[in-house]
Amino acid sequence: MAEVVLRHVSKSFGKTQVIYDMDLVVADGEFVVIVGPSGCGKSTVLRMIAGLEPVTGGVIEIGGRVVNDVEPKDRNIAMVFQNYALYPHMSVRENMAYGLRIRGMPKAEIAEHVARAAKILELEGLLDRKPRELSGGQRQRVAMGRAIVRDPAAFLFDEPLSNLDAKLRVQMRLEIQKLSRELGTTSLYVTHDQVEAMTLAHRMVVMNAGRVEQIGAPLDVYLRPASAFVAAFIGVPPMNLLAGRVGEGAFTLGNGLVVRLPAGAPRPPFGAEAILGVRPEHLAPVGEAEAALTLTVETIERLGADTLAHGTFDGNPMVVRLPAEATLQPGTRLALGLVPDEIHWFDPQTQKRLDLPGG
Amino acid sequence: MEKRVVFRSRWLPYALVAPQLAITTAFFFWPASQALFQSLLLQDPFGTSVQFVGLENFAHLFRDEGYLASFRITVVFSVLVAGIGLSFSLLLAVMADHIVRGALVFRTLLIWPYAVAPAIAGVLWIFLFSPAIGILPYWLAKIGIHWNHLLDSRQAMTLVVIAAVWKQVSYNFLFFLAGLQSIPRSLIEAAAIDGAGPMRRFWTIVFPLLSPTTFFLLVVNIVYAFFDTFGIIDSATQGGPGQSTTVLVYKVFQDGFKGLDLGSSAAQSVILMAIVIGLTVVQFRYIERKVQY
Ligand SMILES: Nc1ncnc2c1ncn2[C@@H]1O[C@H](COP(=O)(O)OP(=O)(O)OP(=O)(O)O)[C@@H](O)[C@H]1O
Ligand SMILES: [Mg+2]
Repeated sequence: MAEVVLRHVSKSFGKTQVIYDMDLVVADGEFVVIVGPSGCGKSTVLRMIAGLEPVTGGVIEIGGRVVNDVEPKDRNIAMVFQNYALYPHMSVRENMAYGLRIRGMPKAEIAEHVARAAKILELEGLLDRKPRELSGGQRQRVAMGRAIVRDPAAFLFDEPLSNLDAKLRVQMRLEIQKLSRELGTTSLYVTHDQVEAMTLAHRMVVMNAGRVEQIGAPLDVYLRPASAFVAAFIGVPPMNLLAGRVGEGAFTLGNGLVVRLPAGAPRPPFGAEAILGVRPEHLAPVGEAEAALTLTVETIERLGADTLAHGTFDGNPMVVRLPAEATLQPGTRLALGLVPDEIHWFDPQTQKRLDLPGG
Repeated sequence: MEKRVVFRSRWLPYALVAPQLAITTAFFFWPASQALFQSLLLQDPFGTSVQFVGLENFAHLFRDEGYLASFRITVVFSVLVAGIGLSFSLLLAVMADHIVRGALVFRTLLIWPYAVAPAIAGVLWIFLFSPAIGILPYWLAKIGIHWNHLLDSRQAMTLVVIAAVWKQVSYNFLFFLAGLQSIPRSLIEAAAIDGAGPMRRFWTIVFPLLSPTTFFLLVVNIVYAFFDTFGIIDSATQGGPGQSTTVLVYKVFQDGFKGLDLGSSAAQSVILMAIVIGLTVVQFRYIERKVQY
């Protein structure tokens, strides 16, 4: 087990820079999830830590040792690939034993390790099969098995669940959570699925276009997104973002519609340009008199547990999360109120969060 | 869905396959049946008397020390050509797979020998190795090796093996390269993370995954060494010195056209035909099933 540290790490492929000055400390035993849209550089970060890509700048340390020039085989990490990368000509048993055999572990000990990993992952009945004789979920398990038998300093996961169907993904997510709790090995997990990120992470790293937008515990990121990007990326459905100008007790949007700001809500100074953010779950129907804004419902999605009402406000798409039994139909006018503590402000230039005192 | 084409006319389908049939008949079935027929006959060199001798030509061949020697030479030659050819091509393919810059030039250069006619390949190597004017014997002499493949049978064998390998390297190389490139990168990376160094990765991951390609090429190369090297041997050594590079195909030619022993030559052709049919069967039977992972 070990700590994984990235200091000012950058990466360019030829002239295109894909990672900019990344700093990250994954504490010993911590489970950190890197989340971000496709192409933001998540895999690249993981591959640099694994030693599959050289870093262009900065330093990577594993267990206190700088590994910039260390071969992948000497970094003592294990990686689970998106396509599993199981050796097709070897049985499940041989796949799991491969790394141990290379390290020269005695046969009996290898058998013991493999048996233990197989037991944890419920692979006992499949040990003599070839990868092509396994289902997607089973292959995924073997890939995990191959990682855990070696008892490495750290696990790296690159979207390990993205090839599975929705149901299996939920199941494996829970298993990974359980497994990581039991093993307590330092883990870095890459995904573009924010539910995976929210549920698995001790801390998560939100990336966008090669830059770290925010690092923090999932709930902190959800409650206090550091930028408009994070606000829109984390949370389903995403946070509603409205750009406009701060007025007297109100917020005027581009086309002239107004959001009435509740008394006591923090707000930028009078006349400032800003982005107002509010989560779908923090908009509640109220009487016309106290309404901050009135939304005309266009589409309704009934999810069973709750109901999503979509509409447009001053040209901006907006979503509201309502109780399951909410009676409404397209065309319904919803008078919605804001809660002072649940309003987020972002700078329209830097897109960064504005932390403002209540007023 | 019905995929077969149904012809309304009775003769059209026959007309369509006729050209192919004509070619196969003229250049394969006819000569093959002639050979089969001839192999059962004993004919004097001037064609004045013909006698039916049954399998006597075959029986005679297997008692003939010269023929058995040629068999051994062919086996040695094929093993060397296939073995060296495959190893060398694989090495080149592995290197080409790693090269990023200039890869196209490297590949194009490697494909050239395939476009050279066998006889020209033979002549090319004769010039290079010519004891009198060749550059290689000149260099070899400097390190104390006296080269004369016209006298030394081992050197003659070396020469034809080199020429035959050189000619076939391109073909092998292309298949190996395609095979290497079809191995997912992530497998190699997974092995690297599992702790395997480059050599280990090659022998435990890459090589086993290439085995279908290797097996296919092995058969192709044996067939090549058995049958397609006539031009090289004819231009380089004419089977000599002595009989030291007289492989089976060359012996067919020598006994038939030079020795005018048509019956024996035909019997040898029939044996070769049986070998190639055998190899083809092996190819078809096993390529799809046995050599898989
Ligand atoms: N070998 C390479 N050569 C050039 N550019 C590359 C290379 N590998 C990745 N990139 C670029 O780097 C950027 C980040 O790629 P990366 O694979 O890390 O994205 P990702 O966040 O993992 O995306 P995804 O979620 O789709 O897997 C992309 O713009 C990609 O085009
Ligand atoms: Mg990726």
